[in-house]
Amino acid sequence: MIKFLTQAGKYFLLLKKVFSKPEKPSVYYKQTLREFVFLGLNSAGIIAIISFFMGAVITLQTAYNTENPIYPKYLIGLGTRDSMILEFSSTISALILAGKVGSNIASEIGTMRVTEQIDALEIMGVNSASYLILPKLIATLLFNPILTLLAITVGIGGGWIAGTSAGVISSESYIYGIQYAFIPYYITYSLIKTVFFAFIITSVSAFQGYFVEGGSLEVGRASTKAVVYSSILILLFNVILTQLLLS
Amino acid sequence: MIRVNDLSKSFNGKTVLENISVSFDTGKTNLIIGQSGSGKTVLLKSIVGLHEVDKGEIWFEDVLFNKLPFSEKKLIRSEIGMLFQGSALFDSLTVEQNVSFPLDMFTTMTHEEITDRVNFCLNRVNILNANKLFPSELSGGMKKRVAIARAIALNPKYLFCDEPNSGLDPITAILIDELIQELTHEYSMTTIINTHDMNSVMEIGEKIIFISKGAKCWEGDKNEILNSDCEPLNDFVFANSLAKKLRSGGIK
Repeated sequence: MIKFLTQAGKYFLLLKKVFSKPEKPSVYYKQTLREFVFLGLNSAGIIAIISFFMGAVITLQTAYNTENPIYPKYLIGLGTRDSMILEFSSTISALILAGKVGSNIASEIGTMRVTEQIDALEIMGVNSASYLILPKLIATLLFNPILTLLAITVGIGGGWIAGTSAGVISSESYIYGIQYAFIPYYITYSLIKTVFFAFIITSVSAFQGYFVEGGSLEVGRASTKAVVYSSILILLFNVILTQLLLS
Repeated sequence: MIRVNDLSKSFNGKTVLENISVSFDTGKTNLIIGQSGSGKTVLLKSIVGLHEVDKGEIWFEDVLFNKLPFSEKKLIRSEIGMLFQGSALFDSLTVEQNVSFPLDMFTTMTHEEITDRVNFCLNRVNILNANKLFPSELSGGMKKRVAIARAIALNPKYLFCDEPNSGLDPITAILIDELIQELTHEYSMTTIINTHDMNSVMEIGEKIIFISKGAKCWEGDKNEILNSDCEPLNDFVFANSLAKKLRSGGIK
């Protein structure tokens, strides 16, 4: 318990350092643009591929589980849409990003720690926590919602292609289904969750990397811890946010 | 001048430095020597503020550095250049971006002025036509030179070098030592170098502090070191067989 509280204290002290005033905003701006590419744009491909197949599988599973003629076919489109918006685009994408982006952040910052690059920043008078973590936070907080919208779009598109190709639903029924009883707030709900998850992934992974002590073995361990802790917190906050936002 | 008074530092109850008092002169290459694990690096990192000391005072001229708040420490740190054991170049930046980093961050110089200064510093350390290379594409000696160029980019008053020639061949090591000494005299810096390399000691040791088991055992210069009556220092200086033979007159 004491160890947990110590770690939590260190985490919040690190966040305080991260959100202190930047030395030179123009340098941070350039760094943020770089992180948009590394952490955001470079994740678009994997998110698109996974979302496409998730949408396809949801459509096929829904179709094969609702073969009873009582259920109208358009419910398949509706089910795919709501599944993608409510859960898959935000939570599942966040879990994937925790693996890809989280391990990347922890290993990058951890390697900088063990090779004394962070000490070099500190010696120069740079707030290393802010310089290394703030641009990553801004980039993921702004870009992950775009990835979520991409996941929703591609996932629903994947469902349409799989459903019509397999002959389990007509194109008209699917399109009618994805328009039927649409609640715009679900998009807001999904984007709010995404922002929280982006903060968790980036800050927890950066924390694990920033306080690494030792060598490459410890960097590897920090990277694993970053993914595990981020994933657990994402699942925990998924429950809390769902209760708060949908109740 | 940098002065250290009665400095002690421990980690998890284990004392690493004990009551160290020493001064480092301006315009000289001040060497901290000692065996691996004697506390040299901890002393160096304590002086620059990377380690919080348990007790003692660290003075940069007439400023009590270790009692300053973080914001004021940053002002002193902008006058410090440091060369790390592994060079600590930023992997994601090219050679010129590494050298321009402190200039981008702490000056209002224009892009052209920064480029000129970067080229000047790289020329000064004899790094030519490598501006666009990444650290992974450089040899160990080149990395050290680029790290020195980055350290002097802001015209520091104080230069700290942690094992500057570790991992280098003897010829390159001497070139790096000479370069550091030249820069020290040229810019009248207070330079502190951590080393256990006796070649460095005999080449550039204008002031030498010997540390053993976390305590200062001896202080002098390269002319005095061979005639010291400090037993741990003699064990250190004459550790290799060649030095032993020279001392005993076995080689003529």
